[in-house]
Amino acid sequence: MLEIRNLHAAIGEKEILKGIDLTVNVGEIHAVMGPNGSGKSTLAQVLAGHPGYEVTEGEVFYEGRNLLEMDPEVRAQEGIFLAFQYPVEIPGVTNAYFLRSAYNEIQKARGMGELDPLEFLDLMEVKTKLVDMDPAMMNRSVNTGFSGGEKKRNEILQMAVLEPRLAILDETDSGLDIDALKVVAQGVNALRHPDNATIVVTHYQRLLNYIVPDFVHVLANGRIVKSGGKELALELEEKGYDWIPGAAA
Amino acid sequence: MNEVVDAILNAVGVIGSSGKAAQTAVEAYRFDFEEADKGSHEPRWLREMRRSAMGEFERVGIPTMKDEDWHFTNVAPIGEKLFGPPRRGAPVPSEVISRFQLAQDWHTVLFVNGGLVKDSGISTAGGISITSLASEIASDSEVVRDHFARLATPESASFTALNTAFAKDGAVVRIGANAAPDKPIHLLFISDTGSEYAAVQTHNLVLAECHSQGTIIESYVTLGGDSYFTNAVTEVYLGDGARLGHYKLQTESRNAFHVGTIQVQQERNSRYESFSFATGSRLSRTNVYTTLAGDAAEAVLNGLYMVDGSQHVDHQTRIEHVAPNCPSHELYKGILDGASHGVFNGKVYVHPEAQKTDGKQSNNNLLLSDGARVDTKPQLEIFADDVKCTHGATVGRLDETALFYMRSRGIGPAQAKRLLTYAFAADVLEKIELDGLKEALEAQVLERFTS
Repeated sequence: MLEIRNLHAAIGEKEILKGIDLTVNVGEIHAVMGPNGSGKSTLAQVLAGHPGYEVTEGEVFYEGRNLLEMDPEVRAQEGIFLAFQYPVEIPGVTNAYFLRSAYNEIQKARGMGELDPLEFLDLMEVKTKLVDMDPAMMNRSVNTGFSGGEKKRNEILQMAVLEPRLAILDETDSGLDIDALKVVAQGVNALRHPDNATIVVTHYQRLLNYIVPDFVHVLANGRIVKSGGKELALELEEKGYDWIPGAAA
Repeated sequence: MNEVVDAILNAVGVIGSSGKAAQTAVEAYRFDFEEADKGSHEPRWLREMRRSAMGEFERVGIPTMKDEDWHFTNVAPIGEKLFGPPRRGAPVPSEVISRFQLAQDWHTVLFVNGGLVKDSGISTAGGISITSLASEIASDSEVVRDHFARLATPESASFTALNTAFAKDGAVVRIGANAAPDKPIHLLFISDTGSEYAAVQTHNLVLAECHSQGTIIESYVTLGGDSYFTNAVTEVYLGDGARLGHYKLQTESRNAFHVGTIQVQQERNSRYESFSFATGSRLSRTNVYTTLAGDAAEAVLNGLYMVDGSQHVDHQTRIEHVAPNCPSHELYKGILDGASHGVFNGKVYVHPEAQKTDGKQSNNNLLLSDGARVDTKPQLEIFADDVKCTHGATVGRLDETALFYMRSRGIGPAQAKRLLTYAFAADVLEKIELDGLKEALEAQVLERFTS
């Protein structure tokens, strides 16, 4: 589904990703872990098409097509979803309007039917339950005045509505208490499907107790320095990152 | 293109307005004034007032950028043209009127090229009277004697002097004590092709007596006409406890010039809510001035301007806190694209007696292009010691992070920009208290950024 080959990316003059190789197949969950500043979030943002990063070398194929040539909205329409580490506040645009616009744009791009506000309301009733969210939050401005936990739930809600094929969760656990973490994880697990794949970017192991990965990769200094199964995450929890060659600061 | 139009305009102006060559706009106005005065059957006092106002206009002339009130707006283009009197307007189909009244159920009083369309919207019932200035002048009524050019005096500004000298028609709306019209009153000013190269001078009087409640919408629109000059004055008087919503919609042609002054006087416990929506004209200046003359009177002045291309839009507001315990809240927002230029100058004066004043003023601007420009100058002058006043202004661009966030959800850049721009305007539109108007203006904002 996703094949990353020797990916280099920079912000301004500063190279952050220095040759990433990663293959994700359908049905798999990959965890990308690593110390702060290792490039985890950059990888997530580059995959979503953030215009602030320049890909200087390498290739990324998504379902056999060149991902790097796609605009961010095309990537979303093709089924890629990034749950932001810092969800953006958009005062003046209601959650409902925003999400319905996104849903309809994606439907349109796929040649499928759009939903009117009433039909969308019905869909939201189902989806907000999934992340234990008060439907009244749909009438509030996107993420504006939301608590940290509400913002993360809102990301998972968007994911539930847009039904991506490849979901990338960027530090979705940061700033969550254990109850909120469980709700978010339940939401993610409920959306799992044999045809989909998920990349979970995280600093801590605890999210992986709830979203169990098939593969764990350690990112350090812009490269993947170690890969393993889910037990690698536990090992990292116990020993930190310093024991891995290449991961020491 | 504009230069060609200007050249034609000047040529037409010279011939059309005088028949002999006037050298300057002020001279042309003098000539037209004398022509009008010659055939005038107006009451003597009014002719004298007009003559004195014409003299005042001549003395001051067209303002220049050296004038503090016009520091950021160059009105020389208005002075470079010789705008003559407008021709009579053609009949306006009802579907056009419906479009301009935004499909709302409003009581519309229609003026074309400054003149009332015969009997349109004229009514007197239930303590509410809607008449025309021309008819009130013809009968030398008390209302004109007492109120014409009393709040907005010829001495206050050069364009107001010009209006006093020339304005023959407009609406006179009287809402009697305790009365409340069942429909909003819509004063619709259409300029059609008969206003081409003309100065359309309009003067309205709105008298909201004690404890009355009403809504006035004042629309300035263009129908097929092109380059002309609207010079409008509206005087508004609110008696004790009166509540008035006053919405001004200026969506004139992109070759038109618009100068409009709203001068308000508020007595005790009155509440005045104003909204200025300005998207039209090549160059527009809207003044909204209110005097909080009675204890605990409240003023709410909001506005949204949205321009592009080479448009210039200027708002000047002035809130005079004369009496104590008065709140005034003001929010103006601007969206500027292309090479347009926006100006906001908001003045709040708190007089020594105006203790417990609660004043809040903000102006926020969104620049959508590198070529757009804004000059904003909120001003507070406080001469009382027990007051709460804040003011602020911002000029910003679309949030790139929010743009990417939306794109990452499948929303293309054009649609994302449109939504964010709309969102910027949303909070000020949200403040509109008249049902239907808010939604209609929201639709106009969205529509403007669709292409």
